[in-house]
Amino acid sequence: MFIQIKNLSKVYNKFLAVDKISFEINKNKTLGLLGPNGCGKTTTIGMILGLVAPSNGEIIIENKNINKFKRHEILFRFNFASPYVELPKKLTVKQNLEIYGRLYGVHDLNKRISEISSDLDIKKFFERKTGELSSGQKNRVSLAKSLINKPEILLLDEPTASLDPDIGDFVRSYIDEYKSKNKVTILLASHNMNEVERLCDSVIMMKKGKILDRGTCKNLIIKHGRDNLEDTFLKLARSKDEFQ
Amino acid sequence: MNFNKIYALGLRHLYLILNSFPRVLDLIYWPTVQIFLWGFISKFFTLNSEYYNNTVGIILTAAILYDFLFRASISFNMMFLEEIWSRNFTNLFIAPIRIREIIAALTLTAILRTLIGLIPAVLIAVPLFGVSILKLGLPLIFLLLGLYLFGVTLGLLVASGLLRYGPSFENVAWASLFLLAPLGCIYYPIEILPYSLQFIAKGLPLVHIFEEMRSILINNSVDYINIIKSISISVVYFIFGVIVFYFSYFGAKKRGTLINMGE
Repeated sequence: MFIQIKNLSKVYNKFLAVDKISFEINKNKTLGLLGPNGCGKTTTIGMILGLVAPSNGEIIIENKNINKFKRHEILFRFNFASPYVELPKKLTVKQNLEIYGRLYGVHDLNKRISEISSDLDIKKFFERKTGELSSGQKNRVSLAKSLINKPEILLLDEPTASLDPDIGDFVRSYIDEYKSKNKVTILLASHNMNEVERLCDSVIMMKKGKILDRGTCKNLIIKHGRDNLEDTFLKLARSKDEFQ
Repeated sequence: MNFNKIYALGLRHLYLILNSFPRVLDLIYWPTVQIFLWGFISKFFTLNSEYYNNTVGIILTAAILYDFLFRASISFNMMFLEEIWSRNFTNLFIAPIRIREIIAALTLTAILRTLIGLIPAVLIAVPLFGVSILKLGLPLIFLLLGLYLFGVTLGLLVASGLLRYGPSFENVAWASLFLLAPLGCIYYPIEILPYSLQFIAKGLPLVHIFEEMRSILINNSVDYINIIKSISISVVYFIFGVIVFYFSYFGAKKRGTLINMGE
């Protein structure tokens, strides 16, 4: 296993946000993290990124506990994008990419910036301040930042939330293409079931901090007797029982 | 320490300044207003006070040094707040940069912001009021070092509060220096304070720095022991500030506030 999560829990004061979850992600595969709002997806991502200290459990990368790595060494291999996290608004797109490229120690930075900005079609607003861009443009810049270091592990939190269908499709297509051309392991939290079906090799469904079920999209749909992943999600999200 | 990363973070704040002329103007505006205000007060006092009548510019020099401390602290706070306001906090804390590199970057960049604001004001004071802080001579470097370390320490403590309590702690950022100013004996000798407060004041580097400044300007004598004492106290506070910052960072990780820190 490339990433193993073992009995991971997080308690905020007395609130159990994540409750002993365990899952694995194979190298260069994409795992979807599904669940209703407040089910613990973002907290789980936060713990993997080292932003949130787990109350219990282990995060293991290539058979080594994440705590055994030095913080800056392991984060060098990660990156993250979310529409809820922005880049400095008063800096231009180019400046932001330059700064994050430097922070991630990217070699031949200018070439990498040029490459990624061509791929994501952001060159035309390169000199504009990030805060002046539309949601779709900001989203692509954020994705460019998250790929600037060619991460081995990419965490995406609702990468196409609030995007119009056209831009949403562009982003999904790009991630799909990027996956096929690069060695990257992705954890994708999303509420867009079409996106999950398109991009994920397997999914886990969370509710109230626990994993309700897991499997490939196709298997889950068949298992729960539904026609599509959206209906399967609704069944699980509205269920009172645990399914595992 | 990786200096490329420290440089990258410094560059982020340099770009922020360079991208906005109003921001540069804002940096320069307040210290200049301060110099004008204290310049006229200083002029009035030198004409009417027995204590100051032989030494033109003590108050103005004190005002400049205090403003240096104030700007250093506010610069540190502002750069930290900037990450919160721009909702860039998560991106910063998931980047492969050590906490000590973040502290180093903010500490080093704060000097830049401080000097951008203060140099024009210091230059204006020479022709307008005939006051130059260079009259303090070589000890000026050490006095500024002590003030800078203490200013950054206050910035670190406020940043720690922001990590602990979130953006609502912002108001404390502005109030923190005004709280210490009366005890710093910036414009008056320590004897003015009640005895109990003198005891507390002596625990701050400010008293030693401003006492030394007055001693140099009035008596033309430099007490390097006093200067070393002031820098040593500042270093102790700085180390304390760094420890508090680390505690706040680990506390924020436990509470999960790093992931949702924003406006």
